[in-house]
Amino acid sequence: MSEIPNDMYYTRTHEWVRLEDDGTVTVGISDHAQELLGDIVFVELPEVDSEYAAEDACCVVESVKAASDIYMPITGEVVDTNQALVEEPDLINSSPYDDGWIFKIRPADDEDIGQLMDASTYEAEIADE
Amino acid sequence: MLIFEHTSPGRKNIAQSPVVESEINDIPAELRRKTSAPLPELSELQVVRHYTSLSQKNFSIDTHFYPLGSCTMKYNPRACNSLAMLPGFLSRHPLAPEKFSQGFMSCMYELQEMLCEVTGMSGFSLTPMAGAQGEFAGVAMMRAYHDANNDTERKEILVPDAAHGTNPATATMCGYTVKEIPTLANGDVDIDALKQSVGPQTAGLMLTNPSTLGVFERNIEEIARTIHEAGGLLYYDGANLNAILGKIRPGDMGFDVIHSNLHKTFSTPHGGGGPGSGAIGVSKRLKPFMPLPVVAKENDNYRWLTEDDCPQSIGRLSAFMGNAGVLLRAYVYMRLLGKEGMQRVGEFATLNANYMMAQLKNKGFEIAIPDRRASHEFIVTLKKQAKELNVTAMDFAKRLLDLGYHAPTTYFPLLIPECLLIEPTETESREALDGFIDALLQIQSESENDSAFVKGAPYTMPVKRLDEVRAAKQLDLSWVNQSS
Repeated sequence: MSEIPNDMYYTRTHEWVRLEDDGTVTVGISDHAQELLGDIVFVELPEVDSEYAAEDACCVVESVKAASDIYMPITGEVVDTNQALVEEPDLINSSPYDDGWIFKIRPADDEDIGQLMDASTYEAEIADE
Repeated sequence: MLIFEHTSPGRKNIAQSPVVESEINDIPAELRRKTSAPLPELSELQVVRHYTSLSQKNFSIDTHFYPLGSCTMKYNPRACNSLAMLPGFLSRHPLAPEKFSQGFMSCMYELQEMLCEVTGMSGFSLTPMAGAQGEFAGVAMMRAYHDANNDTERKEILVPDAAHGTNPATATMCGYTVKEIPTLANGDVDIDALKQSVGPQTAGLMLTNPSTLGVFERNIEEIARTIHEAGGLLYYDGANLNAILGKIRPGDMGFDVIHSNLHKTFSTPHGGGGPGSGAIGVSKRLKPFMPLPVVAKENDNYRWLTEDDCPQSIGRLSAFMGNAGVLLRAYVYMRLLGKEGMQRVGEFATLNANYMMAQLKNKGFEIAIPDRRASHEFIVTLKKQAKELNVTAMDFAKRLLDLGYHAPTTYFPLLIPECLLIEPTETESREALDGFIDALLQIQSESENDSAFVKGAPYTMPVKRLDEVRAAKQLDLSWVNQSS
């Protein structure tokens, strides 16, 4: 069974979203998603300062099985990206919720994050996959 | 082992060596090499053994059942090969004048006509060198059509999420943005989502039918109507044409442009990168935009159409007209089969796939879309085996190699977890299909009794389990001669 921490939100497309103390939001992919993808070999990070609407494809992770888009969970502006993934994309496999974070955004609307799934809803969502 | 590694200084292949050293007079002294080239030095017998042993490592249709879904790895009749290699065809220079090429050109003209007939399109251009180039040409024609109508605000191509990766790649190459349309659990395109996505920004929809999920798109007429009413065009990806060959025609379904992988459906050994052919067919309104050259027939004479005849053509895709040898094989294949034979291709490809699907279902394998009839291919999902036995689709695929079967397509389409996409094709016997089913059952029982054994496969191949992460991240194909 994959790990689904309680202190974050989730999307149908398997991104996790964590609200930080400074009001920014960190985004990565769930443990379940990295299991499905298999060994990740390349991450194309979004550009800092670029703005995306919710559900826009904003970056790509490539595994030995497939290349998959990562979607913007909520509308906002990218403020930071995890440069460690350039050399070690497999951090997403070994530590999906910590060292394997992908990018941080400043949300256009602080309320948006509440619209996403909580851990138990996400768990039910992926139960029959 | 590379042939360079067999080298032994001074050893010669006498039969191939020049008898008389020719004088080199016209190359300036400073441009001549001072040392001899670092070529391998071997005897004739060593060379023969080296390449024969490499050829024996091949996994091919000539040696093994090869049910690679979405690729149509079927047997290509030897007659197609030998007739395409007749001296008159082989020695024809691509720049030979038309009056000396009438025989070849008549074959190409008839091939264009036969392809129009079997797909229901009004024109065909044979020039694309491969499926990807055919797709590119197809979408470039869609763009040229909209541009010619001053309809330049159409920036979006719709692609179902079950599509081949080449479809969104092609749309992007042609300057469009891609909008993904979801697929329903029954395999059909989500028509409500399609209706919400379509609009004045829609340049067209790219669709594979039957889809990569191995089922026929039942709402194709409604889809065509929706796209056409919005002013968009409908593109047919011909990857799965084998399933419907001679039975129904993309043109009748409302498609405006199609590419057909002649190397898949029409008899050229493929895999390993070519040569291929991605011939493209068009509806009447796209005909002026076809890439050149195209063969025309005038008073029993054949001639190449040029830019003067077709000023709106999207242009040329290669120096000459596609891969002539592949086109000739397709021509011979279609002539040998005839119209009735073409129908049997579609029927037997479908029958074989449905036989295997039913057998595997009866024996406990989970079918991805169990309620639908398969087209020419179907999907087994091994997610239960992955969860309960920790044996994945990849493990099954590797173990199949030990048992003498090329693995089916794995992990595609991406919508189905732990999947095997199996396409037996019409050319396999029932015994071959049963053998493959038995092999899957054997692996299932091995997985239940000793999953570690299955996870260690293959055991009989020249290379064992590969480090796929290293292969993707640190691929190094260079070889350096240490001794020089």
